Amino acid sequence: MRYLPLTPNDRQAMLAAVGAQAIDDLFVDVPESGRLSGAIAGLPMHASELAVERHMTRLAAKNLSAGAAPFFLGCGAYRHHVPASVDHIIQRGEFLTAYTPYQPEIAQGTLQVMFEFQTQVARLLGTDVANASMYDGSTACWEAIGMARRITKRGKAILSGGLHPHYVSVARTMAKYTGDTLVTSLPVLGAVPDTANLIGQIDDETSCVVVQYPDILGRIADLSDLAAACQAKKALLVAVVTEPVALGAIKSPGEMGADIVVGEGQSIGVGLQFGGPYVGLFGCKEKYVRQMPGRLTGETVDAEGKRGFVLTLSTREQHIRREKATSNICTSSVLCALAWSIHMTLLGEKGLRQLAALNHAGASAAAERLRQVPGVELVTPTFFNEFTLKLPKEARPIVRELADRGILAGVSLGRLYPGEASLANGLVVAMTETTTAEDVETLASALQEVLA
Amino acid sequence: MSRYFTEDHEWIELDGDIATVGITDYAQSQLGDIVFVEVPEEGKQVAKGDDAAVVESVKAASDVYAPVSGTVIEGNAALDGEPALVNEDPEGEGWFFKMTLTDKGELNGLMDEAAYADFVSKL
Amino acid sequence: MSAINQSGWRPEMTAGERSDGATFTGNRALMLDEALIFEIGSLDTTGVDFAEAPKATSRLGGLERHRDIGLPGLSEPEAVRHYTRLSRQNYAIDLGLFPLGSCTMKHNPRLNERMARLPGFADVHPLQPVDTVQGAFEVVHQLAHWLVTLTGMHSVAMSPKAGAHGELCGVLAIRAALDAKGEGARKVLLVPESAHGTNPATAAFAGFSVEDIPATPAGRVDLEALKARLGPDVAGGVITNPNTCGLFEPDMKAISDAVHATGGYVYCDGANFNAIVGRVRPGDLGIDAMHINLHKTFSTPHGGGGPGSGPVVLSERLSAYAPLPFVERQGDKFVLIEEETAGEHHADSFGRMVSFHGQMGMFTRALTYILSHGADGLRQVAEDSVLNANYVLRSLEDVLDAPFAKSGPCMHEAIFSDRGLPEGFSTLDIAKGLIDEGFHPMTVYFPLVVHGAMLVEPTETESKAALDQFIGAFRSVAERAKAGDAALKSAPHFAPRRRLDETLAARKPVLVWKAPAQAEAAE
Repeated sequence: MRYLPLTPNDRQAMLAAVGAQAIDDLFVDVPESGRLSGAIAGLPMHASELAVERHMTRLAAKNLSAGAAPFFLGCGAYRHHVPASVDHIIQRGEFLTAYTPYQPEIAQGTLQVMFEFQTQVARLLGTDVANASMYDGSTACWEAIGMARRITKRGKAILSGGLHPHYVSVARTMAKYTGDTLVTSLPVLGAVPDTANLIGQIDDETSCVVVQYPDILGRIADLSDLAAACQAKKALLVAVVTEPVALGAIKSPGEMGADIVVGEGQSIGVGLQFGGPYVGLFGCKEKYVRQMPGRLTGETVDAEGKRGFVLTLSTREQHIRREKATSNICTSSVLCALAWSIHMTLLGEKGLRQLAALNHAGASAAAERLRQVPGVELVTPTFFNEFTLKLPKEARPIVRELADRGILAGVSLGRLYPGEASLANGLVVAMTETTTAEDVETLASALQEVLA
Repeated sequence: MSRYFTEDHEWIELDGDIATVGITDYAQSQLGDIVFVEVPEEGKQVAKGDDAAVVESVKAASDVYAPVSGTVIEGNAALDGEPALVNEDPEGEGWFFKMTLTDKGELNGLMDEAAYADFVSKL
Repeated sequence: MSAINQSGWRPEMTAGERSDGATFTGNRALMLDEALIFEIGSLDTTGVDFAEAPKATSRLGGLERHRDIGLPGLSEPEAVRHYTRLSRQNYAIDLGLFPLGSCTMKHNPRLNERMARLPGFADVHPLQPVDTVQGAFEVVHQLAHWLVTLTGMHSVAMSPKAGAHGELCGVLAIRAALDAKGEGARKVLLVPESAHGTNPATAAFAGFSVEDIPATPAGRVDLEALKARLGPDVAGGVITNPNTCGLFEPDMKAISDAVHATGGYVYCDGANFNAIVGRVRPGDLGIDAMHINLHKTFSTPHGGGGPGSGPVVLSERLSAYAPLPFVERQGDKFVLIEEETAGEHHADSFGRMVSFHGQMGMFTRALTYILSHGADGLRQVAEDSVLNANYVLRSLEDVLDAPFAKSGPCMHEAIFSDRGLPEGFSTLDIAKGLIDEGFHPMTVYFPLVVHGAMLVEPTETESKAALDQFIGAFRSVAERAKAGDAALKSAPHFAPRRRLDETLAARKPVLVWKAPAQAEAAE
């Protein structure tokens, strides 16, 4: 076995050194009935690199990869071009094969990256502070709701209809067990998000309002009034960003008064990967930092006075607080956060703004072109790089039909909201710098054909 | 005016109707460098033995219990920016909160200074 | 031939005088310090070229971001150098033995990385029509089959994002099962004192209260004490097996039987599955739910603290409550069971835990690892990891206190305590001394039940020569402590940083970088 360095001679010598006759002597604590006498039947034996590579390559080939087709999917995961150097750096063994930095003297690389990441995230989201990452956007969103409960000591969260339905679903699962009350609604296929409606619902029991920006249909709305309304009732505003590239073009939620801003960081530096691993972003106002979940890196000095970084405020966490911890989270998504941070550093302010402008211009042009397809209506007058079309018939079968023609046309709302007649004709189309004008043309003409 | 002690290493001193509560010098020495103290809000009602405050070192968080029942009238705001006060002057400037008492008789169940010194010496 | 200029060609081999270590840059040859991106980058610098954005109607609703965000950029050469320099301040498995107990820091095969990057896996959107992602579902299905078979369980929930998330999944399945039976009054989970902190944190998160189960002097769950506590208010037990002292729980089956007999469920923390993979199936011991850390036993990279992946295997009694979504084979096709398709067959599911379907990128790596090892190789993994740990235990028990060494062999990790170290020397000093010897220290001060615990997990991917060197270094450091070597108290001396002031970091948290002027103003 290529991954096991012990030779048969080593094993004999080591067994002798520990005073065992055979390996079974080291498993004496396992009762007879629990021991397996040999390799489990029905499973294959070890295989060469080449054989495994063949097997996996065959499986991979059964998938239609995004790069092999005109591609328009978004709704919480976006296909951006990731510079080659990002993947090169994250595969350096010192990053890839390190552990959580419990021994800071020999983990300054990861710790400094986490500190830089926290700063980049806070600046992008417009918050005072940010943590070293969460599992993903959906779990970060739930953690924000829990954090708002701890801060306000209230248990009612109002979720916008524009919040990603999977995020709503995750919150619903957790709320069943924590006793939080969730007020939820469906999105309406219309021009404006439900901001006014949310403002009307805030009361003295409300812990937080959770709003996605841009929302699930792609719409953008000013959060300032909502933030003020929350503040007036001592509730918190939680903003969720699933496409952080947007914040290179539009105001940050923090700037508009959000107390907690969470996000799915995947679109910067992290590939689609069929849904994971991704990287949750989590920022908030400084006064709430002790109620934050997740790892935090802080600056300090070493015994010689040199600047260095350590994990800090650990008393919030499970390994110290146990059942009183702010969260049971124990792992962040550091390697993905590293990829995010490298990509953001390569972009810089200038690159991010150019990238955002390119995305928006592409989407704007695509929306113009697609709305000209007979029977197709553009639902969303405001958007960043993702907009919603209303088709003259149910969108889900159309998406399947277009996939058969080798076009990945977008996300049908029927997929996200099965059984909801009012949304069935909705199609969410995302445009990034990886989608070309030819791709749009291909989609427009194919859509016209299948709708005809 | 006299000072009483609990087996959980809180001290309480009554002055007129108002008692001041903190943790003992022994407690701070066991905790090491204090990095954060969460004091109760004004108006909080506590029963004897309830969690009233939290004191944290780098690697540990400990609850501080109410030595007797009553109502918190003030938390020590100075600890917010200067948690090290608890290390430097635990039984003076590093006090945690002031409270009014429901039943002064509860104090009788606590240790006096000599009894506490004896208690600590056996730990 | 022309003359060769030999000046400076042959190095002088005299040792000369030793430098005091001071250099102009503060660097020392290959020890290179690196400033923050905020100190070296600028808002005008970029390492990515874009085409000019075409003119188009703005649809931003008047919310254009005008103010600077404050994100410094670096050109590609600067960025590559920045991160490469930082990387060299990290210890890693690729550099040497990383015996962090309970973390299973084994070699990460690079074939895993290559396979995860195949476009068919890496460049696939989670919401693509299911007909276009049959290969991805097949990966999930194949990995699920392996996990279920290796553990002897009934089913597996693949979506949890990490070990602690898996714990939550298992505990919620137990809660859902109890609620379905109208046994909501069962609110107590029994957890050994030696458990990972995530166990009580997870239990509390799911609305349970936690009670400790005492341990026997031999470091095992006290079966009689456990039995005595079982009753109508107890939802079940959360047992780590092998436990956090590196010992197998010989009474596991009896524990399960007792819990089941009183109507409870048994959750097993599978953090230490590496010790028994291929040799013991938890399903044979009566376990109802167990998470598997793919980043431990199945070698997906730790990456400096995630991403993890924590599939949860379930017994038949709990399978109906598994979270959505999951992949099912129907004929020759794979379908995704989501909210809409769950229907009457899966009406009992406790719901969704994450957006999309879990850590696909980790599934491809773990499946690659599993196929490479096969059933025989995985069994050998368990055997070698246990052999390596026992070799460490027996090689050091004469110099360090090993609290359970007398009771027999350990599993995949060996535990030592600080008993016998002279006054003023602690476990931390031993750990820092090992750093100077070129090793990552073992896990320290965990589990809490052993005073000054040092938990050593070498894993199976260490050679005998590597172990011998580590044992020699450990012995030397322990002997230095016993001899009262004061230099150990200020170790490490040769790492990129000396001991760091964690008190300062916690008292005055600086969590984001601020420009010096800004930072002063904030004082």
